[in-house]
Amino acid sequence: MKPVSPFLETESGTEAGPRVPVSFDGRTLELPEGANLAAALLAAGVQVFRRTPVSGAPRAPYCMMGACFDCLVEIDGVVRQACMIEVTGGLAIRRPHEAHDDPA
Amino acid sequence: MDTDYAIIGGGVVGLSVAWGLLKRGLTVTVLDGDDGAFRASRGNFGLVWVQSKGMTQPRYARWSQQSAAIWAEFAAELGANTGQAVPLEQKGGYDLHFSEETLQATVERYEGLKAKLGGDYPFEVLGHNALRKEEPHIGPKVVGAILHHQDGHANPLKLLRALAADVRRMGGRVLTGKTVTGVSKPDGFRIACADGSVTGAGKVILSAGLGAAQLGPAMGFKAPVRPQRGQVLITEKLPKLINRPSLIARQVDEGGIQIGATNEEVGPDDRVTQPGLSGLAAEAIAAYPALARAQLVRSWGALRVLSPDGLPIYQESAEMPGAYLVTCHSGITLAAAHARLLPDWLERSAAAPDLEVFGEARFAVS
Amino acid sequence: MTRRDLAIIGAGPAGMAAAAQAAALGLAVTLVDEQPRPGGQIYRDVDRAVALRGAILGADYGRGARLTAGLRRDGIDHVAGAVVWAIEEGFSILYTREGRGARIAADRVLLATGALERPMPLPGWTLPGVMTAGAGQILLKQSGVLARRAVLVGSGPLLYLIAAQMVRAGTPPLALVETQSRGDLARAMGHAGGALRGWRYLAKGLGLLAEIARARVPRHTGATGIAIEGEGRAEAVRFTSRGRAHRIACDTVFLHHGVVPNMQAARSLGVAHRWHQAQACFVPQLDGWGRTEMPGLFIAGDGAGIGGAAAAEIAGRLAALKLAEEAGRLSPEACDRQARPLRAAQARELAARAFLDRAYPPFAEALAPADATVVCRCEEVTAGEIRGHARLGCLGPNQAKAFGRAGMGPCQGRYCGLTVTALLAEANARTPDETGYYRIRPPLKPVTLGELAAMEDAAEAAQ
Repeated sequence: MKPVSPFLETESGTEAGPRVPVSFDGRTLELPEGANLAAALLAAGVQVFRRTPVSGAPRAPYCMMGACFDCLVEIDGVVRQACMIEVTGGLAIRRPHEAHDDPA
Repeated sequence: MDTDYAIIGGGVVGLSVAWGLLKRGLTVTVLDGDDGAFRASRGNFGLVWVQSKGMTQPRYARWSQQSAAIWAEFAAELGANTGQAVPLEQKGGYDLHFSEETLQATVERYEGLKAKLGGDYPFEVLGHNALRKEEPHIGPKVVGAILHHQDGHANPLKLLRALAADVRRMGGRVLTGKTVTGVSKPDGFRIACADGSVTGAGKVILSAGLGAAQLGPAMGFKAPVRPQRGQVLITEKLPKLINRPSLIARQVDEGGIQIGATNEEVGPDDRVTQPGLSGLAAEAIAAYPALARAQLVRSWGALRVLSPDGLPIYQESAEMPGAYLVTCHSGITLAAAHARLLPDWLERSAAAPDLEVFGEARFAVS
Repeated sequence: MTRRDLAIIGAGPAGMAAAAQAAALGLAVTLVDEQPRPGGQIYRDVDRAVALRGAILGADYGRGARLTAGLRRDGIDHVAGAVVWAIEEGFSILYTREGRGARIAADRVLLATGALERPMPLPGWTLPGVMTAGAGQILLKQSGVLARRAVLVGSGPLLYLIAAQMVRAGTPPLALVETQSRGDLARAMGHAGGALRGWRYLAKGLGLLAEIARARVPRHTGATGIAIEGEGRAEAVRFTSRGRAHRIACDTVFLHHGVVPNMQAARSLGVAHRWHQAQACFVPQLDGWGRTEMPGLFIAGDGAGIGGAAAAEIAGRLAALKLAEEAGRLSPEACDRQARPLRAAQARELAARAFLDRAYPPFAEALAPADATVVCRCEEVTAGEIRGHARLGCLGPNQAKAFGRAGMGPCQGRYCGLTVTALLAEANARTPDETGYYRIRPPLKPVTLGELAAMEDAAEAAQ
């Protein structure tokens, strides 16, 4: 059971690929392959993408067009914009620089 | 006369001197430029640095040491006065080396300087393994480092802001958006600006960075300063990765890794270039391989204010007595000296430091 | 590495139209875009989405497919998924694609980087669950994802469009909280020929409003005192409308009060900008062809001043004609002749825009936010801090940036720049032009040090 999300997928689905497993913050999610990662995470019920390095405030996607950098996530040690990534199976996604003290 | 001292240039150098004069009860007016002016004060690397300075002029090494020694007290006073801390860390800094030959050659030069300074030049050499204990992220290409215990780094922008705030708090008048067009001395000094305003002053300090090259000659100075571009990079904020600063990289108090800097003789061009950025990135990764995955967030080119020999210039004008040229490349390192020691020299007090070697006589054509 | 006649940055309506036009005139064109598929934001993912959700998104959206079809021809190299992080004079386009840095050399460059949502700093706008209305649209267009319990806040036709699309999709918004007043609309109608010139937009707007009304979506106009509340995420919107205080519980808030040119690339090349009072934003200084003062550098589309998708398409074609003429592929006479009908169409579009600018002005509270409101989302700098920097002598945003870090974060000032300029201008009693804007430098978007360093290795290997 996925958690209740403030967002709903229409019947036409997100980009309607087959579901593939990814992990977010240690949790496994089944997301549509090829979908926009930020949209797919929102639809899957992820509400906080990161905490700011300044005050620790929670943040989630704001612009969905690569301009605001609030949807930053960490994949393979690199901090990237979730709204500029497409879902592929096996993505290991973490909140940026959280609970580990090494960018490598 | 509007003011005891008019200071042309409201960067770290001008404001540090203004702060020191205000503390002595003198009245000060600072004439500062506009938002787009070349401002080394907001582009510099932020080191409070001793090693490698004054290799050919021990007085400069000593002057840097004097400033570094009183920096913490200066920063604490600014912090207390303004309620905004000026972050400073003085637990040593590195000169990282990628070859045994350059490391050895540098050590020999440092030993020579140390002898001239009567032994007060506390450095040690760390081999790769010893360095790795101090800096767990150091890369295998770094053969070793010179750790100099008088080195450190500060947040130069918070220094600038604290000075701007404290100078005003102490009653300093700061006029912004000013372009000084001429300085004359019919009786007292008259400083004319492009907007038509005129400031009268008992004495004038020219601390306008590169602007001194234009204004200086008419005031009786040689002012042979030139721009040298340094490109600087800064990454996203990262968890603690670098312990002590080096000339290659330092981790700033906000978390970003600052990487510097190129030395380019390209005139008044402060742009960044891809080869410049790539070269700096490659060197930083060679020193700290984990940085390969870090995102570059900002970069800039800043123009160093360099004299022919790289040393500061402190000179009173022979043509216009009471006018002083104060300029240097290391405005952050020397901020404490400019705030606490230079006013004695300007006011000819008994405690005045001997700054003879920093005069313009050294530029005389022989 | 081959040199291209023309590099176009951005595959929205201006960039796509320009690419097709320039290629038709014989130019070798590279179209660089950061999205995986063409369309820009207005026609985001149009080739896939029309078949899936065309009925929800409407006929205007479907028009984008004409433009994407125009890219499938010889002479256009579409480099998709490429994040441009620097443009150097001469020209050299530096970008990252699939984790590797690369470069395109081109004789001429057309910037077609479009618009951004105007920053809308309100109390609570950084909370998760608060997004731009454009983001809401992108979620729907590209991904078919809709907010279950959303409130739309602000002003402008886009707000009605997304509301109507949400109605069609079966998840109407909980409410529209509109900041424009009836007086704004009356003034726009009274403006010389405004209603007439804007009739097509007015008719479309009335159609959308009818859809919204049929779905019984409450509309609150002239809203003030807007704040988003919530612990850790958006939970409600609070505001006052017609003398009454309201609080609407919700999960999602979509903000919008107009769009503004995305200036980053143009500013990084030193293109002069001027304040556009009617649109309350900076626009680049261009001639009628979209030409800047830098030889070979053109700008078209919303990045040149907000005109909308149809105007952007026309501007892209006009720029392409002049670029072809400069490249010697079109005679000056043919260039002028082909431009004539385009100019007439452009004039019609821009006249309608003047009507929209008056009818839906930006929200005053978000142009001059309260002291406690965060204006720089990245570095979490408040409006009060910016005003404090002005008291410390900061005349412009670059000094304020040095004093308090506004604009230093990864978004490079995209979502605080105009606010910081406005706050400093007001505090110093200077105009926005006198106050200026952030000096934009590379990287236009973050790039890893590893990618940068690899470009040096490549250069060494080539030597």
